[in-house]
Amino acid sequence: MSTDIRMAPLSDIVRPSDRGSGPAPTKIAVKGLDFHYGSKRALENISVDIPANLVTAFIGPSGCGKSTFLRTLNRMNDIIPGTRVKGQVLIDGHDIYRPGTDVVALRRRVGMVFQKSNPFPKSIFENVAYGLRVNGLARNRAHLQARVEESLKAAAIWDEVKDRLHESALALSGGQQQRLCIARALAIEPEILLMDEPASALDPIATQRIEELIYHLKATYTIVIVTHNMQQAARVSDQTAFFWLGRLVEFGPTDKIFTNPAEKLTEDYVTGRFG
Amino acid sequence: MTVTRAAPTQPLRQVGDRALQSLGLLALLLALATLFALLADVFVDGWDRLSWGFLTGYPSRRAENAGILPALVGSVYVIGLTALIAVPLGIAAAVHLEEYARESRVSRIIEINIANLAGVPSIIYGLLGLGLFVRTMGMGRSVLAGAATLGLLVLPVVILSTREALRAVPKSLREGSYALGATKWQTTWHQVLPSAFPGILTGLILALSRAIGETAPLITIGALTYVPFVPDGVWSPFTVLPIQIFNWVSRPQAAFARNAAAGIIVLLLLLLAMNALAVFLRDRYQKRAA
Repeated sequence: MSTDIRMAPLSDIVRPSDRGSGPAPTKIAVKGLDFHYGSKRALENISVDIPANLVTAFIGPSGCGKSTFLRTLNRMNDIIPGTRVKGQVLIDGHDIYRPGTDVVALRRRVGMVFQKSNPFPKSIFENVAYGLRVNGLARNRAHLQARVEESLKAAAIWDEVKDRLHESALALSGGQQQRLCIARALAIEPEILLMDEPASALDPIATQRIEELIYHLKATYTIVIVTHNMQQAARVSDQTAFFWLGRLVEFGPTDKIFTNPAEKLTEDYVTGRFG
Repeated sequence: MTVTRAAPTQPLRQVGDRALQSLGLLALLLALATLFALLADVFVDGWDRLSWGFLTGYPSRRAENAGILPALVGSVYVIGLTALIAVPLGIAAAVHLEEYARESRVSRIIEINIANLAGVPSIIYGLLGLGLFVRTMGMGRSVLAGAATLGLLVLPVVILSTREALRAVPKSLREGSYALGATKWQTTWHQVLPSAFPGILTGLILALSRAIGETAPLITIGALTYVPFVPDGVWSPFTVLPIQIFNWVSRPQAAFARNAAAGIIVLLLLLLAMNALAVFLRDRYQKRAA
């Protein structure tokens, strides 16, 4: 495989969404982002505008940097020692890497769902209540209960768990656990929801439920989803970004990326010729 | 061809496998047999001597009147105080090292030294306690000085085992908490420490079990060998079970040897009770968490 990849100028690649009514406003603007693990460069000069209230999918082969990039958007990589970031990530025009940024407040605004569901070893109720409690968002007991119920309903899991809210979350099935994690993230009412391969460990039925959920949630949230399942990207996303070897190769409306990509490399990947 | 050539080596490998298995079993049996022989010897010698009077009696020049109450209460007292000193300090130090301290030369030097401290002979701690607590800080030969000395002795073990337990907490749990806008402290307090608790508890019990059997550092700091009273406060002079047992063992009369055996049984039971408490707490906690 050739490593000599011709990069198109970014202005040719980035186009506003052609779905929905009119161009969506930009929620996250990334400018010239470099990312290093120690001396190893994982991301190189990424620039992209992620539109509000749409679903943006990141695709690409394993190790291409798509998950790393997702984790720069809520500064989750900060907790890994030896990482360095250069460039800007603007959310609503504010650079989240500017010194003095309140990372805790940032993560409240930018929720995250992980590849492997990671419910806390507590009751279902306490899992959802945790974010509300640590952020001091619950005014009283009744308010807390109402918010927990709302969140579980929003994540389409309420009917399955309403009679056992105080049982352990670890007793739920994999798909239920992942929806619980989504409910947990929704409870603190973030503006952006980052999802790192949220369905990769689930069976097709559970996957379908997550995808339907994503479709409903984009009315309220800006969603960024990493997936290595191209059918999934095609099904759920409005915009798709293709990453390869730490670079953003192509970014544009999902139908264009999958049917008429500008780059040969993108075409090879989405048609399954490599990756 | 390959198959036929490989075939003769197969039995040989299996013989080796079985030999190692038997060797392991033999080692285990040897250890258990030694332990059992010791226990049997102690029980044969001391069982008759165990009575309510022995447990509630005070030391005496006459072996048949001698009891173990001051040493038993002293041991419980000292271990309780030791736990109060070493547990909060040790857990806090471990949390700092594991969750907060950045990778640096200083933190590496501290880590190596803690590991070394865990291997320092206990009598060295006794000398330190004598110099620091008994003399410089003026605590005298008190329960407090003994507990502080034992506290220092077990502190490295508490730190090491707590760090091990913290390290075993999956990264995904921390990430899940951070992703919800929790601070480092909230994550540590609400998620990491509760998850690590069973492991921490196991380490604590090992550390305190070591402390309860210690004799040398307490003799060094001047714990008495003949105490006809129960300690009435942290400033009181005291003795502990191992010292009382040591005292009885060193007497020439056979009757005192029986007292020593009975004292050993009491010490063993105390140790077992501590372990049982730890297992109970751990199970209860795990059930609540799961």
